[in-house]
Amino acid sequence: MPLKFERQENVSALRLAAAPLLALVFTLIVGAIMFVALGHDPIRAFSIYFIQPLGDVYTLQELVVKACPLLIIGVGLAFCYRANRWNIGAEGQYVAGAVLGSWLALATNGGEAGPWVLPAMLVLGALGGALWGLIPAFLRVRFGASEILTSLMLVYVAQLGLDYLVRGPWRDPAGFNFPQSVTFDPVAVMPLLMEEGRLHAGIIIALIAVAVATFVLGRTLTGFSIELAGTAPRAAAFAGFDEKRVTYGVFAVSGALAGLAGIIEVAGPIGNLQPTISPGYGFTAIIAAMLGRLHPVGILVASLVLALTYIGGEAAQISMRLPFDVTRVFQGTLLIAILAADVLVRYRLRRVEGTSHA
Amino acid sequence: MLDAAILGAVLASVVAAATTLLLASLGELVAERAGTLNLGVEGMMIVGAAVGYATAYSTGSLLLGTLAAILAGTALSLVFAGLAVWLATNQVASGLATTILGLGLAGLIGSSFVGTRIDAAPALRVPGLTDLPVVGPVLFGQDAFVYASILLLIAVAYGLARTRAGLVLRAVGENHAAAHALGHPVRRIRTLAVMFGGACAGLAGAHLSLAYTPFWAADMTAGRGWIALALVVFSAWRPLWLLAGAYLFGAVSILQLHVQGFGLGIPSQLLSSLPYLATIAALVVISALKRGQGAPASLGVPFVPDR
Repeated sequence: MPLKFERQENVSALRLAAAPLLALVFTLIVGAIMFVALGHDPIRAFSIYFIQPLGDVYTLQELVVKACPLLIIGVGLAFCYRANRWNIGAEGQYVAGAVLGSWLALATNGGEAGPWVLPAMLVLGALGGALWGLIPAFLRVRFGASEILTSLMLVYVAQLGLDYLVRGPWRDPAGFNFPQSVTFDPVAVMPLLMEEGRLHAGIIIALIAVAVATFVLGRTLTGFSIELAGTAPRAAAFAGFDEKRVTYGVFAVSGALAGLAGIIEVAGPIGNLQPTISPGYGFTAIIAAMLGRLHPVGILVASLVLALTYIGGEAAQISMRLPFDVTRVFQGTLLIAILAADVLVRYRLRRVEGTSHA
Repeated sequence: MLDAAILGAVLASVVAAATTLLLASLGELVAERAGTLNLGVEGMMIVGAAVGYATAYSTGSLLLGTLAAILAGTALSLVFAGLAVWLATNQVASGLATTILGLGLAGLIGSSFVGTRIDAAPALRVPGLTDLPVVGPVLFGQDAFVYASILLLIAVAYGLARTRAGLVLRAVGENHAAAHALGHPVRRIRTLAVMFGGACAGLAGAHLSLAYTPFWAADMTAGRGWIALALVVFSAWRPLWLLAGAYLFGAVSILQLHVQGFGLGIPSQLLSSLPYLATIAALVVISALKRGQGAPASLGVPFVPDR
């Protein structure tokens, strides 16, 4: 009996909403296979990975702490990806922001600086990320160089720059030669929101970013011009929107938010500058942006899901001796699944008369 | 100063560094000439390196390791092909997903081999010729991967330019609608091209973990897959220019290592970032000069047949 897949033009909102759930289910199935292949009981593994972290206040706080950078970066990436500009170097912009913001923390360290330090650090962090993000934008606008590859190459450059600083000029002289800076002064640290745990004020900034981005992308002419530049560049040109301005704009916004995430992380959970300040947040945020449908509220939910893979990965590392790469496999599978599910919910299996040719 | 033996050794290591890049970028060039931009090269390469190393370590056979690496790279490329070619998803996102998955899988596979070593793939020797100063070790004292990369380059250059299959592949990459109208199976051809790219990336990974640095280290590809992608742009999609590009980048990455060794007071991190900065510079120069000329016209555009 001949069957064939038929693409539907009008898909119900319910089907579209089902795609991320479908992707999650698929990812869990692949995960179960992976755990069995690694010789672990999948039910116990899932419990450690995904259930237990939700069980107590401390890990729930950690979940939000991990979701915070993903959310801030992911919201910025939504600007780029909606405009069909492929900034995949958020990890580098995160590092650049952390470096520029930390400069102020280190310059004022041990002095009598007032409470203006932290806000100024956040501004510098956003500035650093924006400047780093504008490099690929400039190279694309001015020379036509692929922003995909240049933004990615700049990740390595930023990481090496950070490495140089914390091993060289910014190393704590009293730090027994460990490659890290001095611990930031209290005025240069993100305030905590609760008595215990690590939940810090960064999440408030993240939620503000979600609200502002939802408004700008959904309700303003700027948001419309970004959308149009992505879906119908010719129409955007006829409408008089400047393609170059869109490129610079979305790279500046996504760079600034990635840089902000970087300085928040350094001034928050980490507390000083170290050679490694991210377990790949800049790349995982790409998945958060895609899983969240490039919508800030969707990215909020997606960030929590992805943060769970980080927390679960750390738990599984300790209690099951599973390498942290399990988390990367989960994240990669999730991105693959969401890309596939987005297409598959648009198709319907139909029985057709006669023979069909594939 | 430099005597012949040192010069020979330096040049030989340039060839070795260039070979990884040449192998991976040759595969990607074929995939892109068929119209698919596969950003999964880094992932396919590191999976090749991990699977190749694991197999060679377990079986003691470099040949089996190499074959396993090629298979692993090809298998991962099928994930990309399934998404980008058959489901017509966004190619950039699909390639990224392939790379993220590949990095994770490779880490899982490699984790139990950290700290082990194997004997590197031996240099092939030609009696008499290999002992010549400078020229000997550079031209006649390399491992099999190096010669394979040159043979592959010739095969790809000839195949694309002079065979019917190459003509069809280029047609699919230039105008998939027209190729489809002529009856060519666009998606099948693209799948094969992507698989070839995966096989080459896997082979490049095997060269890395079986010959260049004969051990497994996490993230050992260190962006070489991305540099290979940039080389394809740099070559303006012409195989012979790929050779020039790969050897230029091989030279940059080896020379910065030697300068680090001399300790001239230049921060090592600045030198380590040279290959990446050089990649950006090369992309900028070539893009400014050619403004996208040479790129297959259907590159990155999903093909959905309208029956």
